[in-house]
Amino acid sequence: MAETLKFELVSPEELLLSGDAFEATVPGVEGEFGVLPRHAPFVSALRTGILTVKMADGSTHEILVRGLAQAGPDALTVLAEVAVRVGDYNAEQVASDIRDTEEDVRDATDETTRVRAATRLKHLKDMQDVMQARH
Amino acid sequence: MPSLKDLRNRIASVKATRKITKAMQMVAAAKLRRAQTAADAARPYAERMSTVLGSLAAGIAGQPGAPELMVGTGRDDTHLLVVCTAERGLCGGFNSSIAKLARDHANALMREGKTVKLMCVGRKGHDVLKRLFGKQIVDVVDLRGVRQLGFGEGEMIAEKVLKLFEAGEFDVCTLFYSTFKSVVSQVPTQLRLIPAQFDANEGGAGVNFEYEPDENEILADLLPRNVAVQVFRALLENAAGEQGARMSAMDNATRNAGDMIDKLTLSYNRQRQAQITKELIEIISGAEAL
Repeated sequence: MAETLKFELVSPEELLLSGDAFEATVPGVEGEFGVLPRHAPFVSALRTGILTVKMADGSTHEILVRGLAQAGPDALTVLAEVAVRVGDYNAEQVASDIRDTEEDVRDATDETTRVRAATRLKHLKDMQDVMQARH
Repeated sequence: MPSLKDLRNRIASVKATRKITKAMQMVAAAKLRRAQTAADAARPYAERMSTVLGSLAAGIAGQPGAPELMVGTGRDDTHLLVVCTAERGLCGGFNSSIAKLARDHANALMREGKTVKLMCVGRKGHDVLKRLFGKQIVDVVDLRGVRQLGFGEGEMIAEKVLKLFEAGEFDVCTLFYSTFKSVVSQVPTQLRLIPAQFDANEGGAGVNFEYEPDENEILADLLPRNVAVQVFRALLENAAGEQGARMSAMDNATRNAGDMIDKLTLSYNRQRQAQITKELIEIISGAEAL
């Protein structure tokens, strides 16, 4: 039996995935990195990308995430701002969100609102790009 | 002495009231379960967040150039109180105890000569506070139309707070809400949001984390998020607490209504009996007079 690490994926609203994992591939802002058991203590911000994790029960999960990851020798915790299972990704929904947000950017009356809408728009477009790159 | 008809009407109306309070209690119980599940589900994120922040803060504390959200503006003159209450009443002392805590805090600050501004989340707190601090209320957030609390609401409120902070409108921000201890006990709580406070020894003690990108960048991203997370948690705790408070308030009301019905029924019966006796006496004495 190979060594495992305790993997947790949490979003602000709920604990999405938790359990023992063999390995995970995480999309860090400065490049994708793999996490195996006995990883050095490491905290990284995550760009929008696909997190792949091989669980000890043999299942593999692919999740579209953005947020922050904290890796330690025996655990990997992903604090996700966004987490969508690749299978649940709804291209039409995202496309319509992008249209709505584009409108928000145009209609914004003050600078702060505009900047925040623009950030949201960028995040959504990143998601779209990542998913399109897969196909 | 009310007449028999009056008594009958009273009993009917108290019975109707009891039905309503009973129904409200059951609705609150169902909603409580949902709110509690939501609050439990959100807990891991907040916990991990404070662990990561705690270890980051320990590393960066005391360094020059630390973000203002963490160390404050260096002043202590203007305070923003974010008061989270429920949107609906009929939940015992739930709303008033939060408002009272906020009021006491505001009064204490004003006695020290500080400026106090308030942001009210929830209509009930606003109703109470606007009478005392009318002009000092800078914003009111109404969540009446929200069916299921999501992280979006927390973010929305956090954005308002951060916008004010960036504009230099206040130096210290305190959040008021009610911690959900159990169905019968909700504790009004105050939590300092800005400058952020956390236990620096929490979690990451003794472990030197490698950061990518560097600490400052992660902190700059994480601190605003932490505000949203804290607000969101407060909202969830409040939601659960409100339903818990309503449940026990309505349970009491139902019980009181029951007691009242018993009492009224007793006097109704007694009076009916008295009337029968009186009529009998009249008949008998009438018969004797013949």
